Amino acid sequence: MVDLSVKLGKLQLKNPVMTASGTFGYGTEYCDFIDISRIGGIIVKGTTLRRREGNPYPRMAETPSGMLNAVGLQNKGVDYFIEKINPVIKDIDTNFLVNVSGSTVDDYVITAEKINELDNIPGIELNISCPNVKEGGMAFGTSCPSAASVVREVRKVYKKELMVKLSPNVTNIVDIAQVVEAEGADSISLINTLLGMAVDAEKRKPVLSTITGGLSGPAVKPVALRMVWQVAQVVKVPVVGMGGIMNATDAIEFLLAGASAVQIGTANFIDPTVTVKVIEGIEEYLKRHNFSSVQDIIGALEV
Amino acid sequence: MKKFMLDLIVKENKQLNNQYSLLILTSNDDLPEMLPGQFAEVRVDDSPNTFLRRPISINFVDYTTNELWLLVQIVGDGTRKMCSLKPGEILNLILPLGNSFSLPENKTDQLLLIGGGVGTAPMLYWASYLKNKGFEDITVLLGGRSIDNLLQLEDFAQYAKVITTTEDATHGEKGFVTQHSALQTEKFSAIYTCGPTPMMKAVAAYATEKNIFCEVSLENTMACGIGACLCCVTDTKKGHVCVCTEGPVFNITKLKW
Repeated sequence: MVDLSVKLGKLQLKNPVMTASGTFGYGTEYCDFIDISRIGGIIVKGTTLRRREGNPYPRMAETPSGMLNAVGLQNKGVDYFIEKINPVIKDIDTNFLVNVSGSTVDDYVITAEKINELDNIPGIELNISCPNVKEGGMAFGTSCPSAASVVREVRKVYKKELMVKLSPNVTNIVDIAQVVEAEGADSISLINTLLGMAVDAEKRKPVLSTITGGLSGPAVKPVALRMVWQVAQVVKVPVVGMGGIMNATDAIEFLLAGASAVQIGTANFIDPTVTVKVIEGIEEYLKRHNFSSVQDIIGALEV
Repeated sequence: MKKFMLDLIVKENKQLNNQYSLLILTSNDDLPEMLPGQFAEVRVDDSPNTFLRRPISINFVDYTTNELWLLVQIVGDGTRKMCSLKPGEILNLILPLGNSFSLPENKTDQLLLIGGGVGTAPMLYWASYLKNKGFEDITVLLGGRSIDNLLQLEDFAQYAKVITTTEDATHGEKGFVTQHSALQTEKFSAIYTCGPTPMMKAVAAYATEKNIFCEVSLENTMACGIGACLCCVTDTKKGHVCVCTEGPVFNITKLKW
């Protein structure tokens, strides 16, 4: 038997595979296909203080080895999550983390406070990196002072696992990671989507209603790996890697680069069973290489 | 309804013309129950420009022969790859997805099914389903640019009275489906339609004006097909809802058309 469990800040995960926010709904969407309690952690859809309608259709463009989305944090608000969703998921044996987003620091703080009251939710992922909303979102994650202020204020009210999700749309992601760590983040997840654009030449129009959107899928994997590697070199808190993971080999690459856990996002759209396949694939890899624990390969890249 | 991810076997690939193929799929196991209006998300492998699954309407299901039919129009690389599949090859599908058309109240209701182009696909299964449920007065109105865009006319004729329009007058009445004389002479009690958005909007306007029950099947671009990604939304009076889970079939009174 190999030990797949990992410690992630204040969290203990049964394995290092998590789902990325906005790609796995509330988890229940996938119950016909897999036993979602096998997953190490589920990051639920981006949640804001108030209901958001999101951006107009079209919100998605398929691109080479990836896709652009401009959903714009459509969600029914934190109270809806607390009243309608949490009772449904609370007995499922995995770590549910709520991805929290906001337009102002106060929005983030109030939303985090409300989720802090939920006994069964062991953590939040602070989304300071959504590229698809005009106000807030990525704006917080692209400068050190604003990233520092939102993490500092949320840290004051939120006592459990505080994971902070970084934007790749910055000049130096290491600077942001260090600031976030200094303000008390328990872990850092990266990368959110890369800002991109698609054009319909025949119509001479942008494909997305918002013109620009967030790129995800295998196309971003080399960028994500590089950033995870850079950040893992300098921070002491655990790093959660994501960006274009389609299979176990991709996930292992992130672990080797220094990620203590990974998140699977876009791949869920193509194979709703991919999370379980990745968990099994990591286990098979560890056995094949005679490792007794997944901890043995975290940051084990030989350079 | 429980959703499945299945590897189905290509039993036959009938090229209807240079734009359309009819894929007849089967399985060693019994196919799950599927309803008219529902769709499948089809995985396309070995196509360099195709990353996501392709949402394809359920064209017809025959439980006696354990066959699922998909009508595929070549639009891009993904559908071209699907249309070149050979018997014996495997196709991975997630199904059944979405809601279904609403069964009319009375067996004597005068029903009109309108399909445009590849939008006719869900109408064949719906027509057969209605006929099997004992509905007698079913008219299928198919429209296209030319006779090449009118599909499965003989299949439809087994279940319904078939009338057509073409823009170039190569089959049936000349013009668009909404210009067909039957819309003036007949008194339909329900209309179901799928096809290009301008066509469906014109049908919806006609139904609204005549105060006729009308359902449309939307074909928004999708990623997941199961309500997780929130990419395929349409704007309704309740706000943005996913076409893949709350649709693809919508009563026109719910849409902001």
